[in-house]
Amino acid sequence: MSEEQIRSLERQFEARIARDEKIEPKDWMPEKYRQTHIRQMSQHAHSEIVGMLPEANWITRAPSLRRKVALLAKVQDEAGHGLYLYSAAETLGISREEMYEQLHTGKAKYSSIFNYPTLTWADMGAIGWLVDGAAIINQVPLCNTSFGPYARAMVRVCKEESFHQRQGYEIMLKLCNGTPEQKDMAQDALNRWWWPSLMMLGPTDEASVHTEQSMKWKLKRKTNDELRQQFIDQTVPQADILGLTIPDPDLKWNEERGSYDFGVINWDEFWQVVKGHGPMNKERMKARVNAWEGGEWVRDAAMAFAEKQRERREKQVV
Amino acid sequence: MNNNLYNYILGIADNSLILGQRLGELTGHGPSLETDIACTNISLDLFGQVRSYFQYAAKLANDGRTEDDIAMLRKENEYRNVLLVEQPNTNFAYTIGRQFLFDVYHLAFLTELEKSKDLTLSAIAKKCIKEVRYHERFSSDWVKRLGDGTEESNKKMQESIDDLWTYTDELFHQTEADKAMVLEGIGLDITQLKQAYYAKVTDFLEEATLKVPDSKYFQKGGKKGIHAEHMGYILAELQFMQRAYPNMEW
Repeated sequence: MSEEQIRSLERQFEARIARDEKIEPKDWMPEKYRQTHIRQMSQHAHSEIVGMLPEANWITRAPSLRRKVALLAKVQDEAGHGLYLYSAAETLGISREEMYEQLHTGKAKYSSIFNYPTLTWADMGAIGWLVDGAAIINQVPLCNTSFGPYARAMVRVCKEESFHQRQGYEIMLKLCNGTPEQKDMAQDALNRWWWPSLMMLGPTDEASVHTEQSMKWKLKRKTNDELRQQFIDQTVPQADILGLTIPDPDLKWNEERGSYDFGVINWDEFWQVVKGHGPMNKERMKARVNAWEGGEWVRDAAMAFAEKQRERREKQVV
Repeated sequence: MNNNLYNYILGIADNSLILGQRLGELTGHGPSLETDIACTNISLDLFGQVRSYFQYAAKLANDGRTEDDIAMLRKENEYRNVLLVEQPNTNFAYTIGRQFLFDVYHLAFLTELEKSKDLTLSAIAKKCIKEVRYHERFSSDWVKRLGDGTEESNKKMQESIDDLWTYTDELFHQTEADKAMVLEGIGLDITQLKQAYYAKVTDFLEEATLKVPDSKYFQKGGKKGIHAEHMGYILAELQFMQRAYPNMEW
């Protein structure tokens, strides 16, 4: 294809996106569009899968049967999101195995928030309330993103995430209306999860490398800083209802802006965790790699069995 | 209160409770995303069943105890589950073997329990049968895949069945509560399930190209509250929050 032809295709492609048309897997697309979507969707899928681990850490210790059932269902939802997103990414010509390989070798990233440990039951509340809350803010705009399979996956994912967020908030509410010991547990969880949740919305706009292109392709509708402000503005009143204190002495309502001013985020910590040196990076990756490598014989057996079944069926036909 | 009925319910529910707890350990660590989801889902089903049973037991006890008190605040020797369900997730073959050997029993048990003249138990059984039919399909399919898969998987699956076989006989031991419930037309005579159980298990194992163990030595004790060394650790996690933070709502 000549360069002129490619440019023409690109123009048509950008025009389709501008008209809010969905791009489907078999449509022509610029290579960069394909690669960007593989990167973002696989990263999203990895986040769901690695994100199962900190919460799974409390399944066996959930305080009541009702909470245990809800937590199991939630972690199962996350596995389902991962499955769904890997499948959506596969439509772009990459296999799940290749994506796993990228995760296990550190080539692909996942959300850094999951590199923090879950130390008490209240962390199950804080994760639902804050982490899923921040995720929803990130993800709701993706329901209208340009790539069809991703947009459709996100519609379902967002519905479930919003349920998880309410569930997390309800855990917090119960703790805050409980004994002083329970309320302390809730405050301690907020103290530990607040700043990492703000970081979850990504580096500041000046430091964000992908924003401009992603905006054009509707992979992003608002900048990281706008999303972060939205998250803070919606979360502070929720903390007030709980009677908890946001661990930021500089947090103050700004009448003029109609938003909260907030303190300086520790970006050194953010980059340290992103680069693999957070409290749980190594453990999380070890757990994933062990599950994958330890399960190889099982997957091999399933393949061998399927092959034998196929041979048997063919023999029967003959 | 009908003590025998109460104990009978615990005898049924504790199996689901402890097996659900064991499966819950695996979430996020399965050999594939699909099996991870399936095992978590089975755990979820089992805990759902446990809630129905213990809510009924709490109503019968009528002494202020809740479903959670019954599930999480008993001493080890007051749990009535069979030894089979407390066996560890040594590897995926053990998880599947344990599940399979229990599911075949569980489905047969519930099919009879549905005929109970106790309407609550019958209704719970009816709901559970749908779930357990799926559990049995899942675990027996995997017994076949692993048994008739590769040489390595066959070896591992055989090892798991050989080791777990010793816990199967206990499934058919009657407790005092069992006997009393049979007389009242509420419970079923589990000894009557034994022959069909071994016949069905044998069929599955042979199809999976596995050998049926011929050992005649069996372990028992769980139903009387005498458990394996594993049990204390299972309960340490199951009861942790209720013990560390007593008398609180969650």
